Amino acid sequence: MSEARSEFLSGVRDVLPALPANVPFGIIAGVATVGVGIDAGQALAFAGLLFAGAAQVAAVELVGDRAPIAVVVLTALVVNLRYVMYSASIATHFESLSARWKAVTAFFLLDVTYALSIARFDADRPDANRWYYLGTALPLWVVWVGASAVGISFGSGVPDHWQLDFAIPLLFMALLFSALDDAASYVASAASGVLAVAGFGLPFNAGILVAAAGGIAAGVLADGVADE
Amino acid sequence: MSSAPFADSTIWFVIVAASVGTFGLRLSFIALFGRIDTVPPGVERALQFVPAAVLTALVVPDLVYLDGAFALGATNPRLLAGGLAAVVAWRTENMLATIGVGMVALWIIEWLPVGA
Repeated sequence: MSEARSEFLSGVRDVLPALPANVPFGIIAGVATVGVGIDAGQALAFAGLLFAGAAQVAAVELVGDRAPIAVVVLTALVVNLRYVMYSASIATHFESLSARWKAVTAFFLLDVTYALSIARFDADRPDANRWYYLGTALPLWVVWVGASAVGISFGSGVPDHWQLDFAIPLLFMALLFSALDDAASYVASAASGVLAVAGFGLPFNAGILVAAAGGIAAGVLADGVADE
Repeated sequence: MSSAPFADSTIWFVIVAASVGTFGLRLSFIALFGRIDTVPPGVERALQFVPAAVLTALVVPDLVYLDGAFALGATNPRLLAGGLAAVVAWRTENMLATIGVGMVALWIIEWLPVGA
C-alpha cells in the first residue's frame, strides 16, 4: 500500500468517532434551510459549498427574518472568523504545497480536521500530512452533505407544531458551552448576551453583529485586566 | 415563515458570497505563509473570543423574545426549556443531549395546561 493511501486511511480512521455528531447537526441545518423557503437544490449547494453548519444556520435564520443580504453574508462570515486562527496555526505545515493543494486544504478546514491534523502532523513529512488531512476531511464533508440532504428531504414535511426551529438555538447553545473555557470568555458571552437583547430591534437585523463585536471587545478587556 | 418573497438569485448570491468569503478566511494564512507567518497578537486575542460572543448573540434573542416581544418570565416556554438545555450543555457539552432535552422540555411545557 502506498504511503499516500495508508495516511489517507489513518485520517479516515481517526475522524470516524467525530462523524456521528454531524448527523443531527446536518439534519437540523437542512430542515432549517428549506424551512425558510429556500429550495432543495440551493439548500444542498449551501451545505456543500459553505461547509460550515453554524454559519449556514445563522444566515438562514436571518434570511427567514428578511434581513438585508449584506447583513446575512456578514453574519455568516463573522461566525466563521475562527477559521482564520486555524488557518494561521496550520499554515506552517502546508507551506510546501502547491497553490492548488493549498486551496483544497483550505476548503476543508474545520474544527475537527484542524484538531486531528495538528495533533498528528510530522514536520518532516509534508506529503504524508496532506493525505492524512484529506482522510479526516472527506468523510466529514460526505457525512455533512448526506445529513443535510436527509434534513432537506424531511424539511417541508415537518409539522410546525413540532417547533423544530427551536433546535437551532439549542444547537448553538451546545456549541457555546464548548467555547466557554476561561473567565474572559464568560465575560465576552455575558456582554454579547446583554447587547443581543438590547439590540434585538436594531435596523437591518444588525443586533447579532453589534452584540458579537461588543462581546469580543469585552472579552479582550477582561483578558487585559486579568493579565495585570 | 414558509412563504418566499425573495428571489432565487438573491439566495444564490448569499450562498456564493458566504461560501467564497468563508473560503477566503480559511485560505488566509495558508496562502500568505512566508509573507505573514503569524496572526498579530492583538488580532489573535480578539479572535479567541469570537465563538463565545457570536454564539451567545445567536442564542439569547431566540430564548428571551417570544413572537417579537421581550418575555423574561416563567410564561415563556422557550426560556424555560432553553434554561434546562443550558444546564445539560454546561454539564455534558453534548450536542445531541442538549437538543434532545431542550426539545422534549419544550413539548412538555407547552403541553401542560399552565397559564395559557
